[in-house]
Amino acid sequence: MLKNLTGYLLWAALVQAAYAAPYIPGSPNQVLEKLPATTDASIQRFKSLRSRLASDPNNIELAVKLTKLYIEQSRDEGDPRYLGYAQAALAPWWELDQPPIDILVLRATLLQSTHQFDESLADLNRVLKLDRANGQAWLTRATILQVQGKYAEALQSCEQLYALTSELVTLTCSLNVRNLNGRAKDSYQELKVALEQTPDTDPNIQIWVLTLLAEMAERLGDVVAAEKHFENAINLGDPDSYLLGVYSDFLLEQHRPQEVLSLLKAKTTIDPLLLRYAEALNAMHLPESQVQIEELRNRFDAAMMRGDTVHQREQSRFELRLMHNPVRALEIAKLNWAIQKEPADARVYLEAALASSDKYAAVPLIGWLEAHHLEDAILKKMIDHHKGAI
Amino acid sequence: MSKYRSVLRSGILLFFLWHVCAFAHKPSDSYLTLSVANVDSEPTVLHQATIKGQWDIALRDLDYAIGLDEDANSEINWQEVLIKQKDINAYAFARLSIRGNHVLCPITPTQTLIDHHTDGAYAVLKFTASCQTTVSNLSLRYTLFSELDPSHRGLLRLEYEGFNKTAIFGPENRLQSFVLGNVSHFGEFKEYLVDGIWHIWKGYDHILFLLSLLLPAVLVRTSKGWQPAENFKPTIIEVLKVVTAFTVAHSITLTLATLQLVALPSRWVEAAIAFSVVLAALNNVFPVVVKYRWLVAFSFGLIHGFGFSAVLADLGLRGGSLALALIGFNLGVEIGQIGILSLYVPISYAMRRTKIYKYVVFYVGSMLIVCVAGAWLVERVFNIELFSSTKGDERVDQLQVI
Repeated sequence: MLKNLTGYLLWAALVQAAYAAPYIPGSPNQVLEKLPATTDASIQRFKSLRSRLASDPNNIELAVKLTKLYIEQSRDEGDPRYLGYAQAALAPWWELDQPPIDILVLRATLLQSTHQFDESLADLNRVLKLDRANGQAWLTRATILQVQGKYAEALQSCEQLYALTSELVTLTCSLNVRNLNGRAKDSYQELKVALEQTPDTDPNIQIWVLTLLAEMAERLGDVVAAEKHFENAINLGDPDSYLLGVYSDFLLEQHRPQEVLSLLKAKTTIDPLLLRYAEALNAMHLPESQVQIEELRNRFDAAMMRGDTVHQREQSRFELRLMHNPVRALEIAKLNWAIQKEPADARVYLEAALASSDKYAAVPLIGWLEAHHLEDAILKKMIDHHKGAI
Repeated sequence: MSKYRSVLRSGILLFFLWHVCAFAHKPSDSYLTLSVANVDSEPTVLHQATIKGQWDIALRDLDYAIGLDEDANSEINWQEVLIKQKDINAYAFARLSIRGNHVLCPITPTQTLIDHHTDGAYAVLKFTASCQTTVSNLSLRYTLFSELDPSHRGLLRLEYEGFNKTAIFGPENRLQSFVLGNVSHFGEFKEYLVDGIWHIWKGYDHILFLLSLLLPAVLVRTSKGWQPAENFKPTIIEVLKVVTAFTVAHSITLTLATLQLVALPSRWVEAAIAFSVVLAALNNVFPVVVKYRWLVAFSFGLIHGFGFSAVLADLGLRGGSLALALIGFNLGVEIGQIGILSLYVPISYAMRRTKIYKYVVFYVGSMLIVCVAGAWLVERVFNIELFSSTKGDERVDQLQVI
């Protein structure tokens, strides 16, 4: 206990030092900032595209090329600044009602990534009005509608993909929606078989499908199968942050925080992963958790200051599990639920509602889950456990 | 299959599949702090207002805009910042302009430092801006990185005479003006006003006291007991008399208590308030005072004023002037009262001829008020809890949900 306390005080002092007053660095050679390590080739590629576009800003071909590069870069590095740069490349068309199709698809992507779902859908609908064979638009549209919990419409969008892309992508799109919408068992089995029958699939698509299979198995309560899918996905190499996030959640749920620490050790620059990391530290009562909690708080404060709401799902969990403030957590969870309605959003909402003294806060959520036939073992466990209280 | 490939070749198909964006950090922000000091007018002083500023801009963003990494090793060290210090200042201050009462206040950079925010190292630009006149209206134009990154935001903190104001600059709001002095006072006034409104709505004892006095307003006492009023005029006159007397009385004692000219023990004040409610409601069932209800409103209003002052003291005087708080809070209480009356008076007037009004609302209602206020009286005199107010709140919540 005493050791923990000293440890905590030490860490607290270090955290304090990290956010101290402005200073003059001690030596001219002191490194202040590490820039994203990009290869010379890619730097040159960006630079030349940027300068070419600067001298010819209305060149659609150049703008589309640069925007796509920036979006890819934002995904690779997990850095939203590139999305801003991408928007800047689209500046001549950004405010237009009816820009060219390629620009519309990209604008929809950027809007979607800042959770402006309705605006994004409006752009995608404009695209599809002109070009019903735009697979990208159908797929993005399906994804947004699924996140919003509009399953019937999402399914319609998925079905449009049949003629436009591979069977596996189409199946994954629609089975994932069905899985959330009352067909949990059948859709899981069907998707498993579909993946087994296409072994030579692109590894990125395999990771995608395996991650979804793992989530489906976990929702069905089949922990062993879920673990196996997760492992297969991780073993394909270079796991993305979404996979790391859901796998960490799975491990935390199974009370295996130690494994979360080794999984995420090098990934804590990414906010949602830092959250899982801090939760694992906290579960193991390690003093370092205080530093990471402080760091998370600073990051959420910074996001709040600029009016960002992209990470409300994580923020609610942070308030609930690490700040032990269920009232605030519930407040944020409700705001988040108004925007996105995935099982993970429902879990945060329900957990916060049950932890707060507001017993009836969960009632509308439970109603929604029943109306949409969303089956999830974790949600069910929480609801059953508290049934007496509700 | 070929179409599938072509979709894939666009390179971003999978990007769209992942809806959860797990980003490392927030998008780009800068932190701008301005602290305005107006100098008292002296003919010898050339400028009349000095603005001290600090502007934290991410090194990464500056590198993207003007290139700091001279040796292209993907690292920025202090020397590279020093070399580009002039360029940084020139670039940044060309994108910020400060005007005091519509006159440009020239900016002079004074120092460059380093600080760290959650997403990395920042150049801290310290500067002063000098304005020719005393500044009552400050307008800022902020366009940093607007052409490079539309998601960039400038987060402003404006300090003036101990008050803080924050604002966000972005592509949709590049130009913003701030009224100094009045802004903060008005904000404070509004807060007290809202507190006052809330207090009258949530402080059931004041509402019940007023209602007890107003229940008979739509009735007339005759030899045959209570009869409905013939027309609206006597009703509204009665309501106005009662409410005005109550308002004048509680304003007097609220002022006296807040200025600390009179102090009474709060427990006895609370008990006396409960007692006043009991008496007012009993008077409906067993009339003693019929003609001069406004006098009852006035004398007990004096006690309610002490109750309000306790609430105002709990809220604390937030730095500003006492008068502002008093007027704001009192005005809030009156607005709350008027809100309640504008609901109650038309309904009771419309119902006045019904048996329901006379027997259920008037008699049973009055007796209920007597019971509730009697319980409060016992609680407050003996300092015990018969039913706590929090339980009451819970019941309300449950009803709303069901």
